[in-house]
Parts: sequence; structure tokens; C-alpha cells
Amino acid sequence: MLNNDPLENILYIDLSKRMFKVEKRRDLFEKYMGGAGIAARLLHEECPEGCDPLGPDNPIIFAVGPLTALFPLASKTVAMFKSPLTGNLGESHCGGRSAVAIRMAGYGAIVIKGASNMPVYISIDGNQVYFRDASSLWGMGNFSSGRIIRENETGAGLRTIMRIGKAGERLVSYASVTSETFRHFGRLGLGAVFGSKKLKAIVVSGKSSLPVSDKKIYRKIYDEVYKTAVNSPVMKKYHDLGTAENIMPLNDFGGLPTRNLKEARFEGASGISGETFAQQYLGRRLACSHCPVGCIHIAALREPYEDESYFYKTSMISYDYEPIYALGTMLGISSAADFLKLMDRVEESWGMDAMSLGVILAWATEARERGLISEKETGGVELEWGNVGEYIRAAGNIVSQPNDFYRALARGVEYAASIYGGENFALSFGGNEMPGYHTGPGAHLGVLIGARHSHLDSGGYSIDQKTLVNRKMRPEELVDTLLDEERWRQVLSSLVVCFFARGIYSPELVTRLLGVAGFELSTDDLQRIGREIHSEKYRFKIREGFAVDSVRIPERIFETPSPIDWMNESYIKDALKYAQKTILG
Amino acid sequence: MRLAVLDTEKCIGCQSCMFACSRRQGDAGLSQSCIGVRSIGGMERGFTVIVCKACYDPPCARVCPTQALTPRKGGGVRIDPDACIGCGYCRDACIIGAVFWNDETNKPMICVHCGWCADFCPHGVLGLQKREAEDAEQ
Repeated sequence: MLNNDPLENILYIDLSKRMFKVEKRRDLFEKYMGGAGIAARLLHEECPEGCDPLGPDNPIIFAVGPLTALFPLASKTVAMFKSPLTGNLGESHCGGRSAVAIRMAGYGAIVIKGASNMPVYISIDGNQVYFRDASSLWGMGNFSSGRIIRENETGAGLRTIMRIGKAGERLVSYASVTSETFRHFGRLGLGAVFGSKKLKAIVVSGKSSLPVSDKKIYRKIYDEVYKTAVNSPVMKKYHDLGTAENIMPLNDFGGLPTRNLKEARFEGASGISGETFAQQYLGRRLACSHCPVGCIHIAALREPYEDESYFYKTSMISYDYEPIYALGTMLGISSAADFLKLMDRVEESWGMDAMSLGVILAWATEARERGLISEKETGGVELEWGNVGEYIRAAGNIVSQPNDFYRALARGVEYAASIYGGENFALSFGGNEMPGYHTGPGAHLGVLIGARHSHLDSGGYSIDQKTLVNRKMRPEELVDTLLDEERWRQVLSSLVVCFFARGIYSPELVTRLLGVAGFELSTDDLQRIGREIHSEKYRFKIREGFAVDSVRIPERIFETPSPIDWMNESYIKDALKYAQKTILG
Repeated sequence: MRLAVLDTEKCIGCQSCMFACSRRQGDAGLSQSCIGVRSIGGMERGFTVIVCKACYDPPCARVCPTQALTPRKGGGVRIDPDACIGCGYCRDACIIGAVFWNDETNKPMICVHCGWCADFCPHGVLGLQKREAEDAEQ
């Protein structure tokens, strides 16, 4: 790493004492590069064993990487914390302007500890850190709080504003943190950790220059990466229809979870397809800082006021494949406008993980169908497939929590099913609600053994669609394939390279880019670092009580046939036994 | 020739132009950028691209007490960094905000209309434009 690279600076903020300090941790960055690697190490240092995820001891760690602000697409911020949803490793990634702003403010990582006794937001402008009173922002949604902070702080165009909505304030276990209105630290409940610290928002800005090892080579390699990012066919789907493009192919494949995965095809899929959104609603496309791809798709929804003619409300609402699955197909919603109405509230007012919320509402709907819960629990809300108005009421109750039932839903589907029954159709893996893939054993094993129980840990859905449809793998081979991929992705997420760019960021290219940032590493070194980071994360999981061979498997995934028809329970269990032996081996 | 903002509606806010401008001067990062992209009060409303529009009688040069800024043929200014004392009058005089500031050197950063950034705009928001004859007579 280069001598004068500010990446080595870690900003430590203590919310209890309202103090901050900067420490240089060059050794750490040289060993783990940045992002997930640094964050995993800092989590070990800062998170006491067995701590309450919603207590002051739980740290919030943000980390960026050496390629951030040097090369395109290295624009994710990795957040780590102990998850209030799973009680274990919490890791979530977010783009927007977050990573570039943190790097330009002169930091490689930010660690936030303690808790405030009153609502605050933190303003970080280069080496200045301010604690601001956020009492008047408490209770506000994402749009309003963002607007007010924008008007009160400097750094337009060079800043990130990371904030929570009501779900975070009310400690919903899967509350999210929003940055730049439309990007999220969506998964595993970072928003509730913010809320528990009375931390409404963090604004970070900066505008520095960064050294490179050789200016000529830097420009040359930059041009190469930029041209590939703009022209490569592997990036095309992200900028054209966006991730919503997946709806129709997954439906045709028979891997699109529908109505709480009672089915894997949705008869209403074309109403909420990427094509439908693009043709009827696409209003704007956006990009994260330093990403020429621009995968962010924003719909414009125009709704008339019912009580007064010639008044319309036009809302700008982001959409992606996963929210469409969770709040669309899982709830039997086949109208794009209905999906957008629900998504608008989730994103704008409440700020919670659309994926977890959709899976939880789907479980509740089936639990109501089966008589496990009654009107008494739902408080008169009529949970039925496709009824968007009632789903909006139910989701609002999850935030306001008027009774025990909604308090249980606010803790996730695993917890709700442990109280009310219906575990066989409570679709969570390692405590995290399932992503939108019933493609086969690759997808399900990937999230069962993945360190953060995310489909992006190892992309198992892609192995199902590309490999397992053609040939069977032994459980051991599939686990090894998934782990190899997950270990490589530790390298990418330590460089905070967007996973959408994994097709262009090959190991060879990565070593050359790192050379410009002063890291002399071979592809073998990268593989070794990937393994180490993965082990570091798993050691934390085991310390906090996780055992991969005792993870709960919802029976529903075997009841509803997937496209890989040989998947069964004994296959998955054999794979988990092997994973238990091999993961730290 | 001058750099023109052709259509901000197609701007996705990727800021590749800002990084290109800084990189042209040598380093990575943003401190040397002479162009700025920011949202119009929230990303839902889109973006504005701020860059020198190459005035023929540039207010920034008029207020410069040391002649560090001098009008450039074809519009805009040239900057002599050695003559600049970092007073910031030019920044106040430019009401479109196109005089950027390098906090590391405490000197202004103003576009020289080289067009480098336009090569890194993925959607043709930026382009080099020949000025019309009557425009030049103003």
C-alpha cells in the first residue's frame, strides 16, 4: 500500500461520550485490503462475545477499499455489526455515494460504538466530526429526513446521507439504512442497530486526492476497465432492464417463489416483469458514484387524489428483482402499480428490508389460511394473497407494533413461527428470510452455509441454472464449489467491488489494479486472503453459537418441486454435514 | 471549442466526468476536478452538471486582484496558479458555481474545455461544441 494513502485511517466514534479519534492501522489494511476483510477483523476486536445486538456494546463498522475512488465499480460500503435478526454475524453492503464519500473524507473505515441518550445524527466532513441534535428528525421518513439534512449540511454532490426510517427507530429486527434515497444496507437489521443507538443518520463528505503508483499506467488500466464496464455484454442486463429482468426467466424456469413458495411459478408474473416496469413506469435511471453502468431503476407512479379532481401525486420508487419477488410474487401481487404502492411505503416511510418483510407477510398469510392465527392476532387486517391495501396496513402494524403478534413479526419469521407454529413454511435460513430463488440445491445450500445467509454469498442460484440442470453434483462437490465462490467474493467485497462487476473483475485484472494502489499481490495471494477472511467471519459465527449442521431447514423447499428434481432432504443434510467438517478445514 | 452540457436528463449521476477531470491532472480522487454533478434536491429529481460555460467577459477574471485569471480566446479563462493568492473572489463572482476549489492547494479549479471528461460520459450528456459565429461576437 502506498505511503501517503489515507486508507489506513480508521475513524472511531463513541456515541456515549460524544468523542472521536483517528487511528492509523496500516498493518490491518496490508493484510486484509479493506471492506469485508477489515470489517470482519474489526468486528472481532470491537464486538464483545455474546453482546446484545441492540445494546451499546454492539459496534457499527463501515469499511471501503483501496480501489475506491481509483477505479470504476469499487463503490460499495461494507457494514458489519451483530445482527438483531439472527443474533449473529451481520453484514450488509450498500452503494450510492457512501463508499466514495468515506474514502474522500480520508478514511478506510469508520467504527461507531456506544449509544446516545437522545436522537442525534453525525456529520463527518473530512477530519471534522460533529454530533447534531436529531430530535426534530425522529419519526420522519427517509425522504424528509434526507431533505432536511441536505439543506443543513455542506458537500452537495460529494456526500452520502445514511439514515433510518420509523422501522429502525422502532427496532424492527430487519430495519434497513437508506443512503441517497434509493440505496440500502438492506439486510440483517443495521437500521435497528442505528435505532438502538438513537442514531438517526450519518452524513459523510470529502474531496481529496489519492496517490497512485504510476500515473501513466493508472490512466491506461483505467481506460481498459471503463471501456469494459460500458461495453461488456456481461454488464448489459444491469443497465437495460436492470435486475428486474430476472422475473420472466426465473418464472419460465420454475424457480420463482410464489405465495410463500406454495408454488414456484406465478401466473401474474408478466404484470410485474422487468419489461412491464420499463415500458410503463421507468422514470429515471441512476448510478452509484464512480459506476458508469447505472443499474438503479426508478419508477414514476402517478396516482390521482380520490377526494379532489385534477390533483395527482407522482412518486419516484426504486425497483429491483428481489423486492419484486418478496413484495410481489410471494404475496400474489400481480399489478406493478400495487407493488409500487407497497414498495413506496417500505422504502420511503418505514425503511425496512423488503425481502424479509415480504417473506414474513407471506408466512402470516399462510398461517391465517391454516388457522394458526385469527383476526384477534391480525387486529382485523385481512391478510389475503394480492390484497395490497391490507398488506400496507399489516406492514404499518409491524412498525407500530400494537400487539404481541405484530411484535413477533417485527422480530422475523423464525421467531414468529417459534411462537405461532408453521415452522415448516417459515422461509428463513440461518435466521435470515429467503431470497427469490427456488432454483435448486445450489440456491438453498448457498444461503444455508453462506456466512451472511445471503444469495450473494456464493450465487448458488446461478450454479443451479447453469450447471445442475445439465449434470448432478455430489453434495461434497456442490459445497466445495459454493465455498470456492464465497471465498473469492471475500476478495471482491474487501475491495468493495460491486458483485454485478464480478464478470469483469477477474483475479488477473484485480492484481494489476491493486498494483496501481501499491499492493503487490499475486492471484495466489488473493485466494489465500479470500480464505482467511471467510474463516475470520466463520470464527465469529461459531463464537456466537452458529453450527452449520444444526441450521433449521424449512420443509417447504422439499414440498414444492424445484427445477432440479433430484434435490431432497437427505442430499441437503449430507451437504451440511460435509460443510461442517470442511468450512474451517 | 467549449465543453457543453447537452442533456442533463440523461445524466445518471455516476460522476465519471469528475473522476476523469481529476485523473487528467494526475491523481485519483476528486480534489482536482473542475466539473461537478449533484442532485437537484434529491436523486428522485435528477441531476445538474456544473461546469464553466466559457463566458466571453468572464466575471471570475474581472474580480481577480492578481491577474491570475485571464480571459481565454473563445471564452472562459486561463489560470496562472503561481500568481493566484487564493483569495476566493473568483468563486464568489461565478454565480453558477463553476469555480471549484482545491482545498489541498487553496486555489481555484476551472475547466479549460479540453473535453477529456466527455470521453468518459456513458450517455453523451457532455460534448465539445464549436461556437456559432454570432455567439462569438457577443
